[in-house]
Amino acid sequence: MGEVIVITSGKGGVGKTTTTANIGTALAKLNHKVVLVDTDIGLRNLDVVLGLENRIVYDIVDVVKGNCRLNQALIKDKRLEGLCLLPAAQTKDKNAISIEEIKKLTNELSEIFDYVIVDCPAGIEQGFKNAIAGADRAIVVATPEVSSVRDADRIIGLLEANEIKETRLIINRLRPQMVKQGDMMDIDDILDILSIKLIGVIPEDEFIIVSTNRGEPAVNNPESMAGKAYLNTARRITGEEDVPFLDLEVVESFMDKILKIFKK
Amino acid sequence: MGFFDFFSKNKKNTGSKNIAKDRLKLVLVHDRASMSPEVMEALRKELIQVISKYVDVDSNNIEVELNDNNNQATLVANIPINQIKRSRNV
Repeated sequence: MGEVIVITSGKGGVGKTTTTANIGTALAKLNHKVVLVDTDIGLRNLDVVLGLENRIVYDIVDVVKGNCRLNQALIKDKRLEGLCLLPAAQTKDKNAISIEEIKKLTNELSEIFDYVIVDCPAGIEQGFKNAIAGADRAIVVATPEVSSVRDADRIIGLLEANEIKETRLIINRLRPQMVKQGDMMDIDDILDILSIKLIGVIPEDEFIIVSTNRGEPAVNNPESMAGKAYLNTARRITGEEDVPFLDLEVVESFMDKILKIFKK
Repeated sequence: MGFFDFFSKNKKNTGSKNIAKDRLKLVLVHDRASMSPEVMEALRKELIQVISKYVDVDSNNIEVELNDNNNQATLVANIPINQIKRSRNV
């Protein structure tokens, strides 16, 4: 029986879809069977980030409504054997699926795959409630900005209220140089405010834009700092302990701090 | 000191991350202090139940409010008492 993990944030544009694509790809690289589920109905994007947009025939709504079999809607990744995508519908709205339907779907998927990674839409309305309905665990993505951390706090509260048993944080788009200058909140600041455990820190990386342009997740490029950080995050998700942290080089003492946080 | 030095020095002194952190903390006190009406209603009902064991309260006029003053959230309950029950202990 696989695990269902929802990737959420509250605020839009902090990197949920990029994170879903990269973590999914990284888990598949680690030889797990992974399905990525895009629940952002009406604003489908995970397909383009993965470069699979031309292969879509059926979508999540078709599966739930019985217009096709689950197998017909699952799209196999170009590069990785164990990676599949279940795309969102583009022409329908977020009420097209009910909480019961998504629970049944994620449950079915977890019988086939080791990891079911659910990409959640922004906001806290029906789309969010649907996305978290079948989740065993949640990963909250936040950037080191006031608005993002505030929304993350709200989301963490809602996840607790919905009895998601384990919620972890990914701090995305961190700029070590700005942290050093005192112009960006550091990891300690954010963990202190949110009182939640960290599972990954992703540095700001221009390569993410290049990889999205190409439709190839950054994890596939050994040169990408963000890609490496996502790979490490995926290893932590699988339960691997003492995964080393990237030396972001720019600020060494800063990385030492991260190590300390994880050793606590 | 050059023109740009002045700016960079000035920037260092403020350290905008501390401003961000302080503002966040303040905003979250307010955000977290709000409770859903369902939770407030459940709290009100249970409060009445517990207090009714000891005193006869006017359950129709009970007010329960969540306030946040000076960054400290407080629960304020105004419970009119009809009659204090006779003590059962000697």
